[in-house]
Amino acid sequence: MKKSNKIFKVIVIFFLVFLYAPALLLPIFSFNNSKVISFPLSGFSTIWFEELLYENTLHNALFNSLLIAISSTILATILGTLVARASTRYIFYGKKISITFILVPLILPEIILGVCLLTVLIQLGLDLNLWSVVLGHTLLITPFSTLIMVSAFNNLDISLEEASLDLGMSSFQTFRIIILPMVSPGLISSLLIGFVISLDEFIIAFFLTGVEPTLPVYIWSQFRFPAKLPSTMALGTILLIVSLILVSLFEYFRRRMELYNYYSVGLDQK
Amino acid sequence: MNKKNIRNPEKIVDLISIEKSFDKIRAVNNVSLGIKEGEFFSLLGPSGCGKTTLLRIIAGFEKPENGDVFINGKNVNSVEPNNRPTNMVFQNYAIFPHLNVSENVGYGLRNTNLNKDEIAQKIEEALNLVGLEGYHKRASSALSGGQRQRVALARALILKPRVLLLDEPLSALDKNLREQMQFELRQLQKSVGITFVLVTHDQTEALTMSDRVGVMFNGKVDQVASPEEIYNKPQTKRVASFIGNMNFFETEYLEKNSRTISVCHKDLGNIKLLKSNIFGDDKSKLTIGIRPENFKINNKNGKKQSKSFNAKVVEKSFMGDTMLYGINLGENDHHTYRISISDIKNTPSPNIGEEISVYFQEDDIVAYFEE
Repeated sequence: MKKSNKIFKVIVIFFLVFLYAPALLLPIFSFNNSKVISFPLSGFSTIWFEELLYENTLHNALFNSLLIAISSTILATILGTLVARASTRYIFYGKKISITFILVPLILPEIILGVCLLTVLIQLGLDLNLWSVVLGHTLLITPFSTLIMVSAFNNLDISLEEASLDLGMSSFQTFRIIILPMVSPGLISSLLIGFVISLDEFIIAFFLTGVEPTLPVYIWSQFRFPAKLPSTMALGTILLIVSLILVSLFEYFRRRMELYNYYSVGLDQK
Repeated sequence: MNKKNIRNPEKIVDLISIEKSFDKIRAVNNVSLGIKEGEFFSLLGPSGCGKTTLLRIIAGFEKPENGDVFINGKNVNSVEPNNRPTNMVFQNYAIFPHLNVSENVGYGLRNTNLNKDEIAQKIEEALNLVGLEGYHKRASSALSGGQRQRVALARALILKPRVLLLDEPLSALDKNLREQMQFELRQLQKSVGITFVLVTHDQTEALTMSDRVGVMFNGKVDQVASPEEIYNKPQTKRVASFIGNMNFFETEYLEKNSRTISVCHKDLGNIKLLKSNIFGDDKSKLTIGIRPENFKINNKNGKKQSKSFNAKVVEKSFMGDTMLYGINLGENDHHTYRISISDIKNTPSPNIGEEISVYFQEDDIVAYFEE
């Protein structure tokens, strides 16, 4: 027992090192005042962050990415909410199979998704632009939104809705006053996770972006210029911090959702 | 059911031939039931008997496949729950967790034309009614089980419904609180004068609180009557065995008179039954039922009562206010019958293994025809 505990500890430490050590290199080198990415470090500097302020193409890419992330996240969350509502409250023919198909993008390699979408869009004669990426990302995020919202709706006690109807409220009022606030932690979770997924998604964006790059596509293109590498790492550091904050928020709201459920079932069932 | 009956203004809720199935299981099977204005009515039955479904049909959460629901003389078959003059107290109370006590209690007033002050006053009154003065701003997550129930009651009563529906409202409370709430619910019903329809599987609850009780089994209502009548004259064998304890004896049919039927049991002897105590369609066999407290024990040396039989004590347990005995009748009869003695002081106290003489009154016996 004791021995196996030690082994597990070692495994966990190795796991954490392999997972996070490479990410730690980003902030280390982005504050290094040398153009060459190698040890030993030569000195502290914020020059690479300052350089980011003057990169117009970067600003465009950032704007594109934000636009895509916000649009596709909102779209996917609306779709996911509708799917979740339907799957938790209604019984209809073909429910299981349709939910399964909605979740397929979770396991489908993105490269296949990207190629398929590209083929379809070209066959339809549509232009490749930011909106085609929004379409692709919506497809990618919807399964996540669906799963989060299904869990949010499952936690929602149906008698709360019935109580609201019983007290004279219409279905729409019930949705607005009871259901929406109750699933709002789920909605926020879905928006946050969708935003993070879209923001750092590369393959689909690369296939569908046309002439306007998103942030990951921009970063990828910068690797051709060794001189740009340190400022790209600075950009990476910022993205890392933003992602960490968003994921922490996501976790916070996910727990809030569980807490809601905990209170709505009543004290006796604790 | 004739039309005249349907429009009977005394019946605030009138259910006509209601049928409802879930996945081929008949939850409610051709139930007709009238609930009088201002009464405390209980639907009693084992779990899965369809009592909750029937309540939800009255509330409008379930649509019956057949039959009509009349509330206050109006057919409400196609009326949604939010437009029915009924309000419900849910089994888990369904307190909105993101709203505080005032917001929960005043929830139903949002759609009315009342101004802020009037709403505040109504909330105040409702909270006073259920004994929750000063709880306005309390978060609903900070309430105990009993307080949640009071909030649910206040929230449902604030709209002054014609009928208040209660779905097992006491089942989540501990025993002491449950007994207290039984009393309070009864008082509350008397003071507000609103018709209460309670669903419960707890017979004590139903018998102590209600004006009338409907006993349900397998989607059918077997008997609707006052608690005393349900207990003393259960009209079907399953009501008899569900409510309280009942000893059953199979008997042979002897002869029929204008007011009585005579039967014979091998150990109890010949028994004359009142026809008014016999239920079911005329068939060859009669099963008679005697409550444990309707058996008495003869004093050993005293004069024996006319209807006496001999038995052997096989179980004995002291319950505080009563003494319970288990008896066997013959040498080869291993079925244990129950006797309950409440007058412990003036009754002999035989021990296990002793032979005793037991007597009973013929008038206390109920009987059921069986194949």
